[in-house]
Amino acid sequence: MTKPLTGAQIMCEALIREGVEVMFGIPGGAIMPFYYAMWDYRDRLRHVLCRHEQGAGHAAEGYARATGRIGVCIGTSGPGATNLVTPIADAMMDSTPLLAITGQVGSHVLGKDAFQETDITGITMPITKHNYLVKNVDELAYVFKEAIYIATTGRPGPVLIDITKDAMQKTTVPNWDIKLNLPGYKPTYQGNRRQIREAIKLLISAKKPLIIAGHGIIMSGAHRELQEFAERLRIPVVTTLHGIGSIPENHPLCIGMPGMHGWVHVNRAIQECDVLFNIGGRFDDRVTGKASTFAPHARIIHVDIDPSEIGKNVRVDVPIVGDARLVLQALLEDLPPPSELAELHTHASDWMEHIREMQDKHQGKQQYKNRAAMANMALPPHDVYEALSRTLNARGNYRVVTDVGQHQMWAAQLIDWNHGPRTHITSGGAGTMGFAVPAALGVAIACPNETVWAIVGDGGFQMTNQEMATIVQEGLKNVKVAVINNGYLGMVRQWQELFENKRYSGTPLSGPDFAKLAEAYGWKGITVERSEDVQDAIDEAHATDGPVLIDFRVEREVNVFPMVPQNKSIGEMILSETQA
Amino acid sequence: MKKHTIVALLQDRPGVLSRVIGLIRRRGYNIESLAVGHSETPGVSRITIVVESEDVEQVVKQLYRLIEVLKVSDVTDDPTVEREMTMIKLHAPPAARHEIISMCSVFGARIVDVGSNTMIIEMTGTPAKVENFIEVVRPYGIKEMMRTGRIAMVRGARGHNAGEYVEPATNGVAVPALN
Repeated sequence: MTKPLTGAQIMCEALIREGVEVMFGIPGGAIMPFYYAMWDYRDRLRHVLCRHEQGAGHAAEGYARATGRIGVCIGTSGPGATNLVTPIADAMMDSTPLLAITGQVGSHVLGKDAFQETDITGITMPITKHNYLVKNVDELAYVFKEAIYIATTGRPGPVLIDITKDAMQKTTVPNWDIKLNLPGYKPTYQGNRRQIREAIKLLISAKKPLIIAGHGIIMSGAHRELQEFAERLRIPVVTTLHGIGSIPENHPLCIGMPGMHGWVHVNRAIQECDVLFNIGGRFDDRVTGKASTFAPHARIIHVDIDPSEIGKNVRVDVPIVGDARLVLQALLEDLPPPSELAELHTHASDWMEHIREMQDKHQGKQQYKNRAAMANMALPPHDVYEALSRTLNARGNYRVVTDVGQHQMWAAQLIDWNHGPRTHITSGGAGTMGFAVPAALGVAIACPNETVWAIVGDGGFQMTNQEMATIVQEGLKNVKVAVINNGYLGMVRQWQELFENKRYSGTPLSGPDFAKLAEAYGWKGITVERSEDVQDAIDEAHATDGPVLIDFRVEREVNVFPMVPQNKSIGEMILSETQA
Repeated sequence: MKKHTIVALLQDRPGVLSRVIGLIRRRGYNIESLAVGHSETPGVSRITIVVESEDVEQVVKQLYRLIEVLKVSDVTDDPTVEREMTMIKLHAPPAARHEIISMCSVFGARIVDVGSNTMIIEMTGTPAKVENFIEVVRPYGIKEMMRTGRIAMVRGARGHNAGEYVEPATNGVAVPALN
């Protein structure tokens, strides 16, 4: 190709070459040349106009998390770019492949406080995997190729490209054939074979082995390998918040979620196990509790694609740097024949029996849902989750996006996650309230034939609910929103109740009539105040050919249990208000 | 907290130094000295950072996460040659000059400028020797002083040859000449 193109046209061509089909963004002065060029590519590059750049960023994240492909968001210079900061930070914490494209003022005024100028590459340096300021049109073709390669390979993450307006306007003949030149970026995918054999030796000799399955399983698509590995060794599997979907929860080896709001039997199992095999999890403090007391009897095997994660939070006996899927494949290849696993199988089945006994004794899901305290409530939140879980599992073909807070933990705990990877999408590491509604928009575009539920608190909902308009404009009929409305910033209130003498400072929260608000946006709005109406509302949402919001006005002061107080060992869980 | 000397090779791209410094700043560690310059390989910069840190191993690992970082090592406990240079503008009235000149020859320092009442002295040596020299001349009256950061090189065959990390054809240049 020898035809000269404008920088903006090169950007469009580059995105198409990398397989991008959808972008979420908002135009503005500095990015206008890109939008000018986009018009000619509109049949191949779908642009979704969001109502706030934060929404565009989270929508791109939702798209990426549902598909594993790169999510693309666009903002103009200045406030357009700074509004992208939160989703970029969120993507960094949750290793989401995200490309943020921002317009920048003309290179001749760069650094002179021009209108809508912000140093967005400076601002996002610590929250991107990498970023670029492009002032020269000749660099664009190469930079886009490199940026997407970096965002999607190794440990995925957000990459930002800031482009001066003149670089988008100038023309050049793009060179698409420049080889990537990244001598400092060579992710390790294959695990070290010697370490893999070491891991097998350790696992085979274990009496109480345990697997922690993290986000890496989902991102590398290792769920089948994980299940086969666990089955062949008969080792119980713990799924972290982002590891949900690694193995179906109704699988006999899946024992549930660990950590601050994990189950007692899971945390006890971690504290008792003698070999802990963490694959694709990063020992986040919400999983480990007080790290120095975590898994005190365990030799730890840690598989992570990012070497800087290994040994960061907990000591590791067998480190393996590599891709979760490839490492699991190697482990499966090197496993000894079943005859040599007999001893492990015996130990593992005793161990599993012990874990299930603990599960029955402590508050398992059922016991927890049926607590006496819930008996007199008009609408305990748990009834909503029970009905949702029942309905979703019966229907299949769904994705659930959650926000951050109490409703998020309930969703992780109380829904039976039996339908594979990428069905549970949430903001984990950064804990970004306002994630769910826009992320559901992105998921709905990625999965047009599935029902996408956003479960969100009334606090988080009011941060980004304007994307309901985008959902209508895009004609997305598959989005359903469940607002778990308790009139509080509930998780903060819970901490205030349990640890701060009920000083409800800044947590009581009012809102509009959410059903009416939804109606105003052109949605169907339903209000539910009693348990007996929950199922009908959910069924109506499914039966409606269009977006539906259900305002579940749940009991106001219900707490998430079990709970590990901050900086406590995960062995010290509290199960009710009286234990706090 | 222990002082660590870190040597790193970086692709010479805009903003790379800022990324490295930002990563150390994020941990709240104080950078005691920093020296940056070209390495033997075009397109590759070499830096030496002296930092007070409790957990330098983690810093080194995180530095590797930066796309443009080719090689990082903590050379604190390795056999190295370390040097630092200082320029000192000293109060030097004619009566004191003779003494100052002989002091300089003891330390191997060079006088690079003489004014009516001042001298600029250039001195290179180990950080300890530079420190020592500064204390010796301080009583004459230091008007200005500038110290470079420490630079370090591992002795013997082992070390930080940038050529191992970049293809000779491209020499690590960020975006090769286009069109």
